Amino acid sequence: MTPVLEAVGLTKAFGGLVAVDNVSLAVRAGEFLALIGPNGAGKSTCFNMLMGQLKPTQGRIRLSGEDITNLAPRQIWAKGVGRTFQITATYPSMTVIENVQTALLSHYKRLLAVVPYAHYLYRDEAMALLEMVSLAEQADRHCAVLAYGDLKRLELAIALAHEPKILLMDEPTAGMAPSERVDLMRLTADIVASRGVSVLFTEHDMDVVFSHAQRLMVLNRGQLIAEGSVEDIRQNALVQEVYLGGGATFKE
Amino acid sequence: MSGFLLAQVLTGLANAGALFMVASGLSLIFGVTRIVNLAHGSFYMIGAYIGYSLIQVLPGIVGFWLAILLAGIVVGLVGLLVELIVLRPVYKAPELFQLVATFGVILVFQDLTLMIWGPEDLLGPRAPGLRGVIFILGEPIPKYDIALLIITPIVAFLLWYLISRTRVGILVRAATQDREMVGALGVNQAWLFSGVFALGTALAGLGGALQLPKGGADLLMDFNILTSVFVVVVIGGMGSLPGAYLAAVIISVVNVFGVTFLPQSTLVMIFVVMVLVLMIRPYGLLGREEGAGEHGQVGEPELPFRPATPKTKIWVTLGLILLAMLPLYGSNFTQILAIDILVFCLFAASLHFLLGICGLVSFGHAAYFGGGAYAAALLLTHTGAPMEIAFILAPIGAALAALVVGLICLRLTGVYFAMLTLAFSQLLWSLVFQWGEVTGGDDGLVNIWPAEWLKPTEIYFYFAFILCVGGILFLRHVAHSPFGYALRGARDNEVRAESTGIHAQRLRWLAFILAGTMAGLAGGLFVFSKGSVFPNELEIARSFDALIVVFLGGVKTLTGGVVGGAFFKGVEEILTRFEYWRLAFGCLIIIVVIFAPQGIVGTLRKVYDDRVRHRA
Repeated sequence: MTPVLEAVGLTKAFGGLVAVDNVSLAVRAGEFLALIGPNGAGKSTCFNMLMGQLKPTQGRIRLSGEDITNLAPRQIWAKGVGRTFQITATYPSMTVIENVQTALLSHYKRLLAVVPYAHYLYRDEAMALLEMVSLAEQADRHCAVLAYGDLKRLELAIALAHEPKILLMDEPTAGMAPSERVDLMRLTADIVASRGVSVLFTEHDMDVVFSHAQRLMVLNRGQLIAEGSVEDIRQNALVQEVYLGGGATFKE
Repeated sequence: MSGFLLAQVLTGLANAGALFMVASGLSLIFGVTRIVNLAHGSFYMIGAYIGYSLIQVLPGIVGFWLAILLAGIVVGLVGLLVELIVLRPVYKAPELFQLVATFGVILVFQDLTLMIWGPEDLLGPRAPGLRGVIFILGEPIPKYDIALLIITPIVAFLLWYLISRTRVGILVRAATQDREMVGALGVNQAWLFSGVFALGTALAGLGGALQLPKGGADLLMDFNILTSVFVVVVIGGMGSLPGAYLAAVIISVVNVFGVTFLPQSTLVMIFVVMVLVLMIRPYGLLGREEGAGEHGQVGEPELPFRPATPKTKIWVTLGLILLAMLPLYGSNFTQILAIDILVFCLFAASLHFLLGICGLVSFGHAAYFGGGAYAAALLLTHTGAPMEIAFILAPIGAALAALVVGLICLRLTGVYFAMLTLAFSQLLWSLVFQWGEVTGGDDGLVNIWPAEWLKPTEIYFYFAFILCVGGILFLRHVAHSPFGYALRGARDNEVRAESTGIHAQRLRWLAFILAGTMAGLAGGLFVFSKGSVFPNELEIARSFDALIVVFLGGVKTLTGGVVGGAFFKGVEEILTRFEYWRLAFGCLIIIVVIFAPQGIVGTLRKVYDDRVRHRA
């Protein structure tokens, strides 16, 4: 079966620094795949290439077999990739539901319409998405006054608005309280399971990773050093060395 | 010939002196405080006047140079006062809001200078001991030019030393890079800002005093230098002192050669140079890319749009009906005044759309207003086309101009975008100003009257009423439409917008064209109501009027542009009957800025909301 998202030999060099070095990965349909690694391992660079924010120096990226390597973020989005950010990216001047409606307007290609009032459009659909992330009660609140955890859930609703095939989540629980983290990941896992969306996420919190990811990939200093089930990774000597033995040290 | 060329270059270098000092001051102030100091030309002007008075008092060679130095110091102290009284209260206001305050300062200084020194131009005193010329390769060079050639590098060197070799300089440079961090490290930011502002204005004053023997002092100096200074700062790169020096030299030399070889197109050449430099090096010759900043959006986040309540709708409708019945009870004069205000409101609303909805601060919006007016007037004058056709060309012509300019300028953001739009509008202005055979130059185009059926004032009033109110309502509607939401999304968070399929650049381009079209429509209405058009409709001052109005009304409110426009035009109409109206108007603007930093509408809404909350 063709993987939903596939990267082959992905490399990114900033001058002499090779931030991501020949990384290949494949996300299968319905899979919950975690990309972990210490600080500076190249996770975010990897993500930014997958979403088109950065152009890879080398390598190809394919979405359901189709090459999307040099497309702009909006084109990649249109092909069915949703994205949440390490620091939540929402529209603070709008209400909660308008945030989702704006994503829906883009999905239904109505962005150039000047006649209808935007806040009447796709309100029901937006409300359904908000219900899914338990934000329906706050739908008409000003987005700028939302608590951080709520913003994270709003971002999830926005990212799911165009029914993506795959969701890229960059540190979805960064900056949240431990209990909120577990809730958010459980919610994400439920949604993903019911909608059949694949997820690729990066994470620092090992509790989150080990309790939700079906499969893990470990990056260190730009290179993929291990890949496998939770149990495999726990037992992997190299990973233990990287995480416990002084982080991103050189291998002797 | 080589002597002639050398003389040209030397004159250019000498002229670059004052320009460099004023520009480096502006650049310093902007770098540290992020204030675009529109009043910088005013400090230059009072520097010249104060220098003039001091030279009358202090005799001899020593007196002359002491007077110039003192003029700089006095202007610096005045600058310090202005900073403490006017600017300090508004640092927390949205970015660029401070430029409204500095605009108020311009008006105040214009009238104060008029009061103290009178309306006559002052002939610059010659420098004692430096009268006459010396001959270099057979060409006469004024001795004072030679003195300037020596003084400018010395000032530049001292400034460079201050900035790159002293502790104060380190702080200034650090603040240019990251203000908050400098504050967090325990530096008293407030006094750093005051100090830099005083230094910057002192440089402007010094520049003004130094050019006295070459140019004297007059009341138009402030705006006249402002344009060149902006050009220099932008070409050199915002915040770069060597850049300012390099650019001042380039501009002065281009100017001197222009005067000699192409006297009819000097202005055009300067702006062509500016546009070219920015197209190749968007951040100026020695400037650096601007760090991420929220342009015009600092401060409290904007409130979500609320559709007008039935109560508001009733009030607005009643107001419009009242206005529509004006010909029944208003005099001819009142109707003409109402047309002026309506046209200005449409112009302001179009800029507000760019600023408020798209987050694009344009410093050159007059290009589309005046451009529209000129498009119609030119067609009428040169082809004798029917007025109706000429009128339609106003928005179309403006749209085409916005299409081209937008395509180029939108590659930049923030202050650089603002500056490039300014460059294009100045280019258009200089073209109109200097291409006399076609545009009438300074004499403008006259006899641009509407068709017979539109001639009666009340008919033209309805014509303007329908188009202006229609245009304003349309812009408001667009803000509420999916297009407006997408634009706001791109403004709020471009990364989020791009990763949900919003093509931010293309949408902004369309919005820029729309705003240009509406400004052109206003320009068309304007020219046929006045019967004439002059280059000042394209001027930098006209663009600033619109900017001031939008900030005054409130950027983060939908009605800000219109309310600000009506307020500005209305107050101006009342105040201009008095002799020192600029002083009063300037003070009024400063008061609004200090006490209503959200703008008029924003502050009223805040007061109203607080009251509602109290009752609840």
